[in-house]
Amino acid sequence: MNQYETVFILTPVLSDVQMKEAADKFKNYLVEKGAEIISEESWGLKKLAYAIEKKTSGFYCMIEYKAEPTVIAKLELQMRRDERVLRYLTVKNEKYAAAYAEKRRNKKEA
Amino acid sequence: MAVAQSSEIRYLTPPSVDVKKKKYCRFKKSGIKYIDYKDPEFLKKFLNEQGKILPRRITGTSLKYQRRVAQAVKRARHLALLPFVTDLLK
Repeated sequence: MNQYETVFILTPVLSDVQMKEAADKFKNYLVEKGAEIISEESWGLKKLAYAIEKKTSGFYCMIEYKAEPTVIAKLELQMRRDERVLRYLTVKNEKYAAAYAEKRRNKKEA
Repeated sequence: MAVAQSSEIRYLTPPSVDVKKKKYCRFKKSGIKYIDYKDPEFLKKFLNEQGKILPRRITGTSLKYQRRVAQAVKRARHLALLPFVTDLLK
């Protein structure tokens, strides 16, 4: 069970409800595959540094979780299939990264 | 004799070679272990105006952390947090 962190950008065209539902869809998919969600953040609508698929802003979401390596390929396949997701990036958190992520979470709560 | 000849040239003002500021790796000094690709403000310190990554000889970072900075910048560019190329970044 390694620790991962996925950041993905949703298209801004969706309404808030659809946005939430899209983010939750991946979270539930992970839980269903036996992953353990550590934390979930959404940075809201942000301006992109460059246009992706002719859109200049996007809805950023981040999920931190512990999962089996095999789950990652399936999750990314889901994201590639879903046309609401503009871009995604999954990163494995080693010890320093995990420590940093944890510190960042505490700072965010405090 | 040779010494006298060698110091023939007299300078009016001593040639001021600019004292080389000892560059140091800011990551080693401040003990930062992980460079986060998610906050572009910090990464912008390592980019020039066009958004290109500054070389080590200018920032003075060590090879180990320069690779991590480069990787973080490339990840941030993939997530559109940082532009690939721009004209005025700062």
